[in-house]
Amino acid sequence: MVRGRTLANRLLLTSALLALTVGCGFLGWMRQPRELRTNPPVLADLSRFRLMSNGIGGAPPESYFAEAEPYENDAYNLSQGKRLYTWFGCAACHGDGRGAAGPSFLDGWWLYGPEMVSIVASIRDGRPHGMPAFRDRMTIEQIWQLAGYVQTIGAYSAKVAATGRNDGPQTRPSENRAPAVMLFEEGPVGVNPDQGPSP
Amino acid sequence: MRMSPIIWMSTIAIISGCTGNQSAINPKGAPAIHIAHLMSGIVAVCTLVWLLVMVMLVWALLRKRSDAGEQARERGLTTTVSAAVGATAVIIAGMTIASFYTTRDIGIPGEAALTITVRGQQWWWQVIYADPDPALTFQTANEIHIPVGRDVHVQLESTDVVHSFWVPSLAGKQDLVPGRTNSLLLRAERPGIYRGQCAEFCGLQHTHMAMMVIAEDPESFERWAVAQRGNSVNPGKPDAVAGQVAFIAKPCAACHTVRGTPAMGTTGPDLTHVGSRKTIAAGLLETTRGSLAAWIADPQTLKPGNNMPMVPLTSVELKNISAYMESLK
Repeated sequence: MVRGRTLANRLLLTSALLALTVGCGFLGWMRQPRELRTNPPVLADLSRFRLMSNGIGGAPPESYFAEAEPYENDAYNLSQGKRLYTWFGCAACHGDGRGAAGPSFLDGWWLYGPEMVSIVASIRDGRPHGMPAFRDRMTIEQIWQLAGYVQTIGAYSAKVAATGRNDGPQTRPSENRAPAVMLFEEGPVGVNPDQGPSP
Repeated sequence: MRMSPIIWMSTIAIISGCTGNQSAINPKGAPAIHIAHLMSGIVAVCTLVWLLVMVMLVWALLRKRSDAGEQARERGLTTTVSAAVGATAVIIAGMTIASFYTTRDIGIPGEAALTITVRGQQWWWQVIYADPDPALTFQTANEIHIPVGRDVHVQLESTDVVHSFWVPSLAGKQDLVPGRTNSLLLRAERPGIYRGQCAEFCGLQHTHMAMMVIAEDPESFERWAVAQRGNSVNPGKPDAVAGQVAFIAKPCAACHTVRGTPAMGTTGPDLTHVGSRKTIAAGLLETTRGSLAAWIADPQTLKPGNNMPMVPLTSVELKNISAYMESLK
């Protein structure tokens, strides 16, 4: 009787340990894979998005969907985008995302719409009223990474993927808490007269 | 007795690993020599203590039970234990004092002949030779030149995560912590090329974050510094000229500086005299035209995760840019 109970206990313990091991293995397997080297043909395809003739919205290349929209959903790409935001001096005009000389990303108002294609086009080709073109300064992959980050800080709902932590002090709610939603609750602000006519 | 070949070979491997240009027990600089002395002193004392304990243990196991009375035995025991505790206290105090003096000796002297700022980045070393006159300030990467027999004050900073600066043959280990400046004294007693390595896990390419410290006599050092202060040399050969044009037109110039050209990016290493350095990509490859081309063509295969993107180039552009890089002596 007593012996039977110890055997049952032991079996229970063993299966619990086994389940724990398998669970850990499963979690490791679930980890988001990190694509450090995108295939050159896929990279070349990133330039082949189609923009609407008014410069707002459009269609990303087919391969972007085949890769499961990596520049919007992948934590590594978003983190790289965050570093590019610093390295390429975006903060000089856009501050921490709330704008300064340039427009804010967090006021709920996207001059050219919140689609990736619009943001990529804005960075690559520049926009009127002061946004420079980064075509010759960044690779197309870097532009997509940066665009993914810009879309993340201005997103209306928080993404599951988070960027890396801040190296400097925090000046606004962090990216994975949808800072835009917290900051534009009062409704979108009017277009700054210096930004020119709303497109 | 015949030694097993595995033991034999691993012994050779271990011993040969201690004699190279990256070894704390083959010191070539004053701070490293102080540390090596402390290390051998502590090892010698501990070995002696261990041997004594072992001898005592064997003696205690083998000795006959003494015939002395309970009280005498108790008294003997008290004496032995008190002597052992006293000896332990003296030895530990001695080692503490020795370690204190060593730390004092490897500290920063009031006046150093040269002050260098080393900034750790994922995954390379930015080396700044600052001068009160901005025109004399210059930068290099992953290669530090120092004059032999002079005290060099190294200011350690980090831009991203904690790194650790360790050139075992010349000095101890010191962390580079974001947001603060740490100091280290570097001094080479003999000319040579000493290898250093990041000694604090700092991410994916921690392994490939090495640097070379080149100690040379003060005259050669001064010659080198004068050459480094100068702007980049103008490319002479046609392929290097075309390479310079491509370098400035392509995204390369957005991250790299080549002084004397419009390339003024500061995210990546300063390439003004990249052709004169021994290695590229923080000790990953020797600087040759072929390795430069391989690195530029596909940095993510050679050092996955580093921040240099794969810039789409035609084969002619790649050939020209690597010729240009090689010409930047």
